[in-house]
Amino acid sequence: MNAIGIGALKVLAALALMLVNGVVLIYMLRKVLGHLHLRLGPTHVGWKGTLQTTMDVLKLVTKEDITPRAVDRWLFRLAPAMVFVPSLMAYAALPFSDSWRITNLDAGLLYTFTALSIVPIGVLMAGWASANKWSLLGGMRAAAQQIAYEVPLLLSVLPIVMLVGSANLGTIVEAQQGTLFGVLPRWFILNPLFWPTFLIFVVASLVESNQTPFDMSEAESELVSGFSTEYSSMKFGLLYLSEFSNGFIISALGVTLFFGGWTLPWLPAPVVSALGPLIFMIKTYIGIFVMMWIRGTYPRVRIDQVMQLGWQRLIPISLVWIVFSGIVIKVWS
Amino acid sequence: MNGGSEETLATGVLGEGRHDPGTPPAGLRRAPAGVDGLTTEHLIINMGPQHPSTHGVLRVLVEVDGEEVVAAEVSVGYLHRGIEKLAEYRRYDAVGTLLDRGDYISGMMAELAFALATEQLMDVEVPRKAHWLRSLASEINRITSHLIWYGTFGLDAGGMGQFLYGMRDREALLDILEALSGSRMMFNYIRPGGVLADMPTGLDAKIRAFLGTFDQYLDEHDQLLGGNEIFQARVKGVGVIDRSTALAFGLTGSNLRGAGVDFDVRKARPYAAYPELDFEVPLGTNGDAWDRYNVRMAEMRQSARMIGQLIDGMPEGPHMAKVPRIIRPRAGEVYASVESTRGETGIHLVSDGTEHPYRMHYRGPSLFAAQALEEILPGHLIADVVVIIGSTDVMLGEIDR
Repeated sequence: MNAIGIGALKVLAALALMLVNGVVLIYMLRKVLGHLHLRLGPTHVGWKGTLQTTMDVLKLVTKEDITPRAVDRWLFRLAPAMVFVPSLMAYAALPFSDSWRITNLDAGLLYTFTALSIVPIGVLMAGWASANKWSLLGGMRAAAQQIAYEVPLLLSVLPIVMLVGSANLGTIVEAQQGTLFGVLPRWFILNPLFWPTFLIFVVASLVESNQTPFDMSEAESELVSGFSTEYSSMKFGLLYLSEFSNGFIISALGVTLFFGGWTLPWLPAPVVSALGPLIFMIKTYIGIFVMMWIRGTYPRVRIDQVMQLGWQRLIPISLVWIVFSGIVIKVWS
Repeated sequence: MNGGSEETLATGVLGEGRHDPGTPPAGLRRAPAGVDGLTTEHLIINMGPQHPSTHGVLRVLVEVDGEEVVAAEVSVGYLHRGIEKLAEYRRYDAVGTLLDRGDYISGMMAELAFALATEQLMDVEVPRKAHWLRSLASEINRITSHLIWYGTFGLDAGGMGQFLYGMRDREALLDILEALSGSRMMFNYIRPGGVLADMPTGLDAKIRAFLGTFDQYLDEHDQLLGGNEIFQARVKGVGVIDRSTALAFGLTGSNLRGAGVDFDVRKARPYAAYPELDFEVPLGTNGDAWDRYNVRMAEMRQSARMIGQLIDGMPEGPHMAKVPRIIRPRAGEVYASVESTRGETGIHLVSDGTEHPYRMHYRGPSLFAAQALEEILPGHLIADVVVIIGSTDVMLGEIDR
């Protein structure tokens, strides 16, 4: 098979992963939130409600696609694609195992962040094109958030890149193989140098992927449904799906950067390399579970507080930490 | 955006406004128009009547500069059902069913106010047990209503969990109210002359069992919402209704007590069994949303305390005075009020001696709180508007009647 064919297959595989993941994650979200809230979540469709989200997707596909009269038609139609496609692109550099990855990019970390940072542009387009004041406010919030948090998100992970000496996600995972003192895994989360890094990363990535408590652009109790208010049918489906997909990518990035990616130190190497993708998925899903846990518990932060946190705290702290960890890394080695 | 907004609230989309758009309220940062040929425009957005967080059908027109509210106009009346007029065509024993649908999540209080007003014109001696059952029903109902407020306040602030945790406890209380009155929300339990029915056997044990867990549950609620730093940052210093504003707008209930004014109808003009009960009136200090939150949380504890006292000291005897089947109070004009969940709920009753009220006026405290919104919203962000509306605990069924 030629290179283009393999490339197309890989894109299809990423798309399939994204769609299946979306369906599974929505079911998981409903179940997790349900049990956090003393409810059961879906129970009726399929075994323990497992077919509920499949049916909901089918419902979304068959629904009438409404385009309000006052919208900017081109932007309105383009916006869901602008949100969905970058989200799909971000899968390209994720290392599911040492062999399972779409591409092996040397700037994989940078590439993934770049892909994710295109998403808010689509959100802004959706908000602007909808000719709805709530949507506009949602879109503007997305833009403001994006500008404020892109910087600390990138800055926060720089110490890791400095230590590893590479922005290749695979290399970063390989640097975390092995154990400390024979028991503890050598994951970066257990390195005190990266604790502030991790905190900044968590906050900034929650903001970037528009998750509670920073789901500013949607903010259903304030902005009705924010940028997606006027969307229906599968256009809404795409917006919704990419939100879950972004959550998955952010969690996968966190696993890659801090929790050793596909590796597990206590297992022999051949087993790890065979089970790599499974270990990676389990870790990622644990991360997503934590995100859902936060979503079920926390109230929403106000927009000006989000902005203040970003500009006044996270950016200065991450800059200082880059200098500090640079010195530490230099002295240590 | 669509249509832009040449008109502002102040120049008259809906008549005279309070704020001149040329002079923004103090503390409002506003980009000067005309820098680099760019001008800024105020946006008028319609919050409600179909907005997820306006507690039913409240409509607030807000004029925003970016996200900051410059002026606000509260528009009510979307839930008007003509309760006051309908009461003129009901017999006295049937008015309660209408009042239940006023403030529909704490119907007992309005029923009680109406019963108290009618009794003033009836020369009837209400049995002691009826007084105690009235207080019991009121306090249980107060907790159910505060739990709804607690849940929806959490929703307004963006949290989802609190609502369902509030519902868990409310379910238990609604079961108790159902056992007591036969209905979960539309009670018609408190009637002129007494109450509909005595407590069923075994209900006191059920209430005690609930009280045994409720203190712990309240701590849980308080930690889940009030203990959350994000929530505190959202409510502290937000929506300040100071003492003078609260008094000027005629606020009552937790909104007034949050500003530190010690006024509670249960203490000021005692009725039912309240003179015999031992309870405190929680007070706030600055009158911000955080104070109102704390006052209501403390009120739930006080209510639980009163319920315990009421169960322990429940007197024996009849629960209903001898009242004619068709009530014909003597002609006259009276006013009776109770401390309902949201403040002073009053019934002004004019009787001409026939079996129907000649005129009934229902004083709903939420209407006053809704009016005060116009004064306190400017200068806040859109996200705060939602929190402030939630913190004043307005009930549209009562505002619109």
